[in-house]
Amino acid sequence: MPKRSFILILTLFAATHAHAFCGFYVAKGDTKIFNRASQVVIVRDQDKTVMTMANDFQGSARDFAVVIPVPTKIERGQIHVAEKALIDHLDAYSSPRLVEYFDPDPCAVLKPQMDMRNAVAEAITVTASAPAMRAKSLGVTIEAKYTVGEYDILILSAKQSSGLETWLTENGYKLPNGAAYVLGSYIRQNMHFFVAKVNLGEQARLGFNYLRPLQVAYESPKFMLPIRLGTVNANGAQELFVYAITTKGRVETTNYKTVKLPSDVDVPLFVRKDFTPFYKALFTEQVKKEEMSAVFLEYAWNMSWCDPCASEPLSQDELRKLGVFWLDAGSNVFLTRLHVRYDREHFPEDLVFQETGDERSFQARYVLHNPAKTGQCDAAIAYRRQLRERQEKEAANVAELTGWNVEEMRRKMHLDTASVTPAEKKWWEKIW
Amino acid sequence: MKRFDPRLYQIGALTVLLLYGIFALNFDVTLFRSVLLVGTAIATQAIGSRIKHVAFDPRSAAISGLSLSLLLRSESIALLIAAAVIAVGSKFSIRIKNKHIFNPTNGAIVAMMLLSNRVWVSPGQWGNVAFFGFLITCIGGLVVNRAARSDVTYAFIIFWSALVIGRSLYVGEPLAIPFHRLESGALLLFTFFMISDPKTTPDSRAGRILFAALVAFGGWYINYRLFRTNGILWSLAGAAIFVPVIDALLPAARYAWRRDAAPAVPQPHQLATAA
Repeated sequence: MPKRSFILILTLFAATHAHAFCGFYVAKGDTKIFNRASQVVIVRDQDKTVMTMANDFQGSARDFAVVIPVPTKIERGQIHVAEKALIDHLDAYSSPRLVEYFDPDPCAVLKPQMDMRNAVAEAITVTASAPAMRAKSLGVTIEAKYTVGEYDILILSAKQSSGLETWLTENGYKLPNGAAYVLGSYIRQNMHFFVAKVNLGEQARLGFNYLRPLQVAYESPKFMLPIRLGTVNANGAQELFVYAITTKGRVETTNYKTVKLPSDVDVPLFVRKDFTPFYKALFTEQVKKEEMSAVFLEYAWNMSWCDPCASEPLSQDELRKLGVFWLDAGSNVFLTRLHVRYDREHFPEDLVFQETGDERSFQARYVLHNPAKTGQCDAAIAYRRQLRERQEKEAANVAELTGWNVEEMRRKMHLDTASVTPAEKKWWEKIW
Repeated sequence: MKRFDPRLYQIGALTVLLLYGIFALNFDVTLFRSVLLVGTAIATQAIGSRIKHVAFDPRSAAISGLSLSLLLRSESIALLIAAAVIAVGSKFSIRIKNKHIFNPTNGAIVAMMLLSNRVWVSPGQWGNVAFFGFLITCIGGLVVNRAARSDVTYAFIIFWSALVIGRSLYVGEPLAIPFHRLESGALLLFTFFMISDPKTTPDSRAGRILFAALVAFGGWYINYRLFRTNGILWSLAGAAIFVPVIDALLPAARYAWRRDAAPAVPQPHQLATAA
C-alpha cells in the first residue's frame, strides 16, 4: 500500500517538475492522423527568421504551386529546400506521448525505487498538408526565376493585387475566390511573394516522389505566420503545427489565446492501442471547449534534453539544416510546438507571435498504470479496492478529455462487469 | 455628501477578473503569487508612507498588486516582487511638482521588461470568448467612476478604434480583423483600469484628450509599424513623461480620490490633516 502511494507521488512530481523519471517508449503513433495539416518551423532570434514549410499535398505534383507571402524582399539565396526527415524528427521529438507505469505487487516487501518500471509511449505525429495557399500564378514583375531542388521559384514584386492576380491567371494558376483580396491587403502591407511550383524534370532526376519542405530566410520585426491565404478557399477547418525554435523561451500567440493541452492525466490501458484516435479526439474536444478560438501548446522544452524522450533531440547538424544559425554562439535552442485548428470565421487575422522568457518545460503526456498481479494478503484487498476506484477515475478522465461516452469507456475497461472487486459494503449495509 | 471611492469598485472588479482568469482562463499565475504581489504592494505603500510621513492608505497599492497579477508574467517570484516594489515605490520617488509620473503598474511593467528578459505580458491570455462579460464589468466601472475622469477612457477608445479600423480599411482587410483586435481583454483592462488612472493623467480635460491621442498613436505605431507587442503599455509609459508639459500648457485642478481623504502622498500643508 505505501508503495503505491509512493509511485503516485513520484508521478506527480515528475509531472510538475519534469524531473528525471525512468521511462521507455511503448508505442508510436500514426503520423497521418490529421487531414490537411501544415507544418511550419520558425527559427528565430532577434529579427532573423528561417521558416521551413512542409505540406502533405496529395495531388499530382504537376498541379502543385504555392504562393508564399514573406515580410521582406527576398533574393535568390534566401530560398532553400530542406529534407522532410528534419520535420519528421522534430515532430516525433515533440509529439504528445503516453507514459506507462507498473503498480508494484502490494503483497511484496517494499523494494527500492528502481523496481518501479515505467514505460513511455509516444503519440502522434502529424501530417502536413500544404495549407491551401494555392493561390496560383502571378502577374507583375518577376524579380528572379530559378530552380532550387525540384522547385521552380519565381520571386515577384507586385504593386497591385490586380496585376498579381492577372499574372497568376495568365500563367495558368487558378486563384481561389477571395485570394486576390487577401493578396491585395498583403501588398498594401509591403509583403512580398514568391511562387514555387514543381519542376517535374528535376523531381524525376532527384528521385523524390514527395514534396520536400521549402525554406526561406529573412530579417523582419514581423514575427507572424500568414494564414489568411489558406482560409480563403478552404472547406472547413485546417490543421497547423508551428514549431518555433528560439533562444529565450516559450513562444505564444499575442492575438489569440494560447492554451496548454491537458497533460499528466491518468488514462485507461486501452489507450495504448488507441492512442492515435485518443489524441485526435482529445484535440477535437479541446478545440470545442475553447470554441475554436485558441492555439494549443503541445510542447515546450530546451532542445538539449528530453524526459521521457519521444525521440532523441535533434542533432546540431539537423538544427543547422533547419536554420538554427546561433549554434556556434552557444545560445539555447528552445522548442515550442503549437497546434491550431483554424478557419476564417474563428481566425480572421494572421497569427502573431511573441517569445516569452518562460523556460519551463511542458509536454502533453498521458499516463497508463498497469495493475499488479496480486497475491493473497491483506494489502491486496485494499489495493484491489483502490484499483477499482482508480479505473473508474481513468474512465471518467478519458471521457472528459475526448468527449467519448463514459459508459462505453467503462465497458471497454470491463468495469461494468464488476469483476475486478466487488465494491465494499457501506457501513449501513452491514448492519442488517 | 461623501463621493463613493471608485477604487473600491476597481478592487472588487479586478479581484473578480483575476479569480476568473486564474480559475476559468488558466492564467499563468497562481493565487499564491497574486496574494504575494498584492501583499508586497501594500507593504511597500506602508513603508513609503512611513518614510514620507503620510497617512497609510492601502487601496491604490492593492489595485497595483491586482493589476500586476493580471498582467505581468514571470517564472521568478523575485522578479514579480521587484515589480510590485517598483510599482508602488515609484509613486513616492518619481515625482514632478508633487505628482507621480508613471501609472504605478504600467511603470513597473515597462521597467521590468527593460531590466529583464525573464518577464513578459501575454496580451492573448484573455482570448475573445469572455470579451462581453469582461466589457460589462468594465462599463460598470465607468458608471461608478463617472465623477472621476472617464473622458480619457472614452477618448482613448475612439482614437484607438479609429486607428485600428482605419488601418484595416487602408490595407483592404475585412472588418472582422480590426474587430477581432478590438475584442481583446488586455485592451479593455488597459482602457478601463490603467490609462484612466486619474492620478497620472493630465489635470485638464483638453490635456487628457491630447494624452489619450498620444497614447493611442504611440501604441498603434509600435504594434503596426514597428511590429512589436504590447504597444499600448510602452506608449503609456512614454506619454506619461509628457504629462507635466501638458499640465503646464493646459493647467487645471489636481485630482484627489475623495474630498475628505488625503491623497496618497499629500502636499506638506496637508500633513496635519492626514496625521
